[in-house]
Amino acid sequence: MNSFDFNKQAANVLVWLLLLAAPYWLPAIGGYVELGTRVVVLGLAAMALNFLLGYTGVLSFGHAAYFGLGAYGVGMMIRYVVPSTGLGILVGTLVGTVAAAIIGPLIIRLRGVYFAMVTIAFGQVFYFIAFRWNSVTGGDDGLIGWTRQPLHLGFVTVDILHNPNAFYYLVLVLFAVALGVMAWLLHSPFGRTLIAIRENERRARFLGIPVDWHIWMSWVISCGFVSLAGTLYALLNNFVDPRALYWTQSGDFVIMAVLGGMRSFWGPLIGAAIYVVLQDYLSSQTENWMSFIGLFFVLVVLFFPRGVLGFIRRRAAS
Amino acid sequence: MTQVVLFNVFNGLIVGAFYALMALGLSLILNLSGVINFAHGGFLAIGGYLAYMLIPYVGFWGALVVAPFLTAFLGLIVERVLICRVYGRDPLYSLLLTFGLAFIFEDGTRFIWGAQSLPFQVPGWLMSPLSSDYFFLTGYRLFMVVVVAVAVAALFFILGRTRLGMRIRAGTLDLETVSVLGVNVRILRNLNFGLGVYLAGLAGVLAVGQLGLQPTIGSSLIMPSFVAIIVGGLGSLPGTLLGGLLIGVASGITTVYFPSATEAVIYVMMALVLLVRPRGLLGEEGRF
Repeated sequence: MNSFDFNKQAANVLVWLLLLAAPYWLPAIGGYVELGTRVVVLGLAAMALNFLLGYTGVLSFGHAAYFGLGAYGVGMMIRYVVPSTGLGILVGTLVGTVAAAIIGPLIIRLRGVYFAMVTIAFGQVFYFIAFRWNSVTGGDDGLIGWTRQPLHLGFVTVDILHNPNAFYYLVLVLFAVALGVMAWLLHSPFGRTLIAIRENERRARFLGIPVDWHIWMSWVISCGFVSLAGTLYALLNNFVDPRALYWTQSGDFVIMAVLGGMRSFWGPLIGAAIYVVLQDYLSSQTENWMSFIGLFFVLVVLFFPRGVLGFIRRRAAS
Repeated sequence: MTQVVLFNVFNGLIVGAFYALMALGLSLILNLSGVINFAHGGFLAIGGYLAYMLIPYVGFWGALVVAPFLTAFLGLIVERVLICRVYGRDPLYSLLLTFGLAFIFEDGTRFIWGAQSLPFQVPGWLMSPLSSDYFFLTGYRLFMVVVVAVAVAALFFILGRTRLGMRIRAGTLDLETVSVLGVNVRILRNLNFGLGVYLAGLAGVLAVGQLGLQPTIGSSLIMPSFVAIIVGGLGSLPGTLLGGLLIGVASGITTVYFPSATEAVIYVMMALVLLVRPRGLLGEEGRF
């Protein structure tokens, strides 16, 4: 094992330790557990987006749609069908994944800005459905009248509603599973093929790789995990509203991925942490937090395009 | 019933003309510089608010002429200071940059002029119906269509008959060669951006006369403009114009039969176009 691998392993262990202990050290530095949960949930969304953006090189600007579908899926399941958190998460994730699988064939041939434009426009369909279908989705006021349900694990029942730590650990477990699957996929021949497509699509095509199929798969996987994040986000808030589906939310995910570093596995989580804390702070300080977030976008693009981890890596290399 | 349908088709045509005007500006910038300008809606709102500020001094007609030019001037500055820095980089960065600008513009207009909607006065004689049978045919609606038609004609004249337009068209096809032939590409892109933003400003003045002033007016109009570009076909300005009018009329007709799908129908159209003809109605093969 060379020193680089060792450093990588040490970093992994450190990140997991920090995440595991978060409910204990967060309050000590002035945070609160729900903030930590939000970082993990949005971090999962940004990492799922990065599967497509950073590792396949496909520019999606419409991930909020699948995030929101997951969120509405779990909310409507619990509200109208079965009051079960586990089933809700499953159904919400499925709804988002299936929607992505259906829309996929329409868009996988497109590239670059065109792909971005079409994905962001498609997202608006779901926004308007959620917005207009008042009787079912609650329209602009959002879907209310439901809460996350206690978790039955056979021998024990966990109250995740009133115990924020328990909910945090539920989210962390699902986060770990999702990351495990994504890391495994990225290290498999399939994941290496995705990177090959990112680096040189034409060459990949000449080698006989079914590029469109790989991009479709990557898109569906990425959207699937974003829907999972969406279900957790809805459960965290006990509430969904159409803003979870709006196109500005997609931009938030992209900036998280870029801010942390698109070329690294953990980057988007770091980006999410910075973004969530910044937004939390700004919205408590000023009514014009939107301007500051916008300014933040501009500054990141101009001065920090490689993100935190890209920046550190460059420093280390030179 | 016929009257209701006619009313909505006509209404759709007006809405479509807005979309087209905005989408043409977006298209111009996208074709030459490869930048999707999310801040276009912000420029539209600024155009409207500038007109509101100018009316007490120069009247409606003066504002209609001056406000779009001021907006375009702002566009030139924004391009020179910010947008030009991301040319040639991954399109991701131009998207994020203009995304941030869109936030700043929307929040900025809210900060300066307030969140509540403001009334916008157009001359009284423009507001009166032209015919008692077709009550919906107010002068202002007709006037908007005329202004859009004139603006589009002028745009195609500039692109087709002037030196600047020739260079823009050539640059759209091969910017490097245009640069080698001695055209200052920096200035060309700057002016092109200004031209696109001018159209947004003009659309803004017209839009607020119909919809009133509110800070979110831009962000509600930008997505349909994207759809107009995609339906019409990337890289084709006549396509963008056609796309805008088509989706406008489609949503107008949908209002009659299934009002709650008014917004969603244009995205369904987009899906159909992508399914049958991925390059859009008048788009070039293999450009994207």
